[in-house]
Amino acid sequence: MLALQGAFREHVQALARLGADAVEVRSPADVADVDALVLPGGESTTMDLLLGTSGLREPLGAAIAGGLPVLGTCAGLILLARDLEDGADGQRTFAALDVTARRNGYGRQVSSFEADLDLADEAVPMRGVFIRAPRITRAGPGVEVLAALHDEPVCVRSGPIMAATFHPELTGDDRLHARFLAGLAS
Amino acid sequence: MSEQGTTRIKSGLAEMLKGGVIMDVVDAEQAKIAEDAGACAVMALERVPADIRADGGVARMSDPEMIIGIQETVSIPVMAKARIGHFVEAQVLESLEVDYIDESEVLTPADEAHHIDKWKFTVPFVCGATNLGEALRRIGEGAAMIRSKGEAGTGDVVEAVRHIRSITGEIRQLQAMDPDELYTRAKELQAPLALVQETARLGRLPVVLFTAGGVATPADAALMMQLGSDGVFVGSGIFKSGDPAKRARACVEAVTHFRDAAKIAEVSKGLGEAMVGRSAKSIPEAELLAGRGW
Repeated sequence: MLALQGAFREHVQALARLGADAVEVRSPADVADVDALVLPGGESTTMDLLLGTSGLREPLGAAIAGGLPVLGTCAGLILLARDLEDGADGQRTFAALDVTARRNGYGRQVSSFEADLDLADEAVPMRGVFIRAPRITRAGPGVEVLAALHDEPVCVRSGPIMAATFHPELTGDDRLHARFLAGLAS
Repeated sequence: MSEQGTTRIKSGLAEMLKGGVIMDVVDAEQAKIAEDAGACAVMALERVPADIRADGGVARMSDPEMIIGIQETVSIPVMAKARIGHFVEAQVLESLEVDYIDESEVLTPADEAHHIDKWKFTVPFVCGATNLGEALRRIGEGAAMIRSKGEAGTGDVVEAVRHIRSITGEIRQLQAMDPDELYTRAKELQAPLALVQETARLGRLPVVLFTAGGVATPADAALMMQLGSDGVFVGSGIFKSGDPAKRARACVEAVTHFRDAAKIAEVSKGLGEAMVGRSAKSIPEAELLAGRGW
């Protein structure tokens, strides 16, 4: 669990409900024992800066490039995106997921919203909480769309990487986390 | 169905700010410095509390032009302050699409009996509190985030410590109480019963709790985190110091690595002069800001 800034506590709780053991990652020494990584929501520019100052950018980048399974939500998706629109000056990403993400794609906080989403292979909709959320304005050919809103992807998977523009950790609906963990077991 | 302005949306943004530093800025240039230093949000205001204190007079909502200039410069959330009870200032700030409104005791109160009815707004509110009862009253009025008040513009952390300890200590007392006792406790706290019960069950406030008012150094910021704060507001402490960009970044790192003393030592090196500060004890009763709010 990347724990530099943001809503990591809620992810840790969701993972605990599903029986997974989460450790907080703040420094390079924390990376060694990690089997999979969650990148939480928060402020992507803050996390970008702290990835640099903590020395985590290189070891995490190498691990992700080497196939480490990752779940990213909101700012976490931004950190994974290959291309970024409306990023801050010099803002970097791991460029591990072949999508283009537009930061604050729906506008400021007054435009934040929640909506029901049809998640692939699920009968019951999932409530998606979108907070100053990014939009996926391009998804590459290898990217599978797990959920869409108004024909635009909001939850995607590509190899060992899963990412959502919304916050499954804020609703108590753990199906996305469960799917991520199931992917690790298989 | 799509919904906006729900409690989950409002408090959700505060959840995303956790583990971060929100910095007071008075113009676009300072806002840029704050963003580059890793602030998770900025608070746009005309004068930092230290100057409001020095200037005296009535402190009001900032000029919309200044707020817009900051919104156009940075991509992180922009907050702005409205006077306590001044719901029209809040309406104006909502129309400007600020990301959070701080109904703040740092400005001169507009209403000495009533706070803003924050449920009427789509934009979320953060409010100050000195103790648990005050925090829960504000949440009852619709605040989606609480900050302990401290004494703004002093650079003296003692009041911030008093208030965060008061809130977290009173929460621990609730947790130790028999459910039968919470009714009377709610009456004593002058707080809504349902919120008292929820706080007892959660062992924390139902919304995110930041600390404000007197934080001037990375060690101050980490102290607040170790005392149970979810994040920190730094007001005058950054742009009233010798090297704002360096101090701002140091505070951001100290909040992330708040239990890592070696790291805090590292980032505290060579920061230049901290804000001069003024002992909170030396301030006459009538000039104290924390007592504003009912």
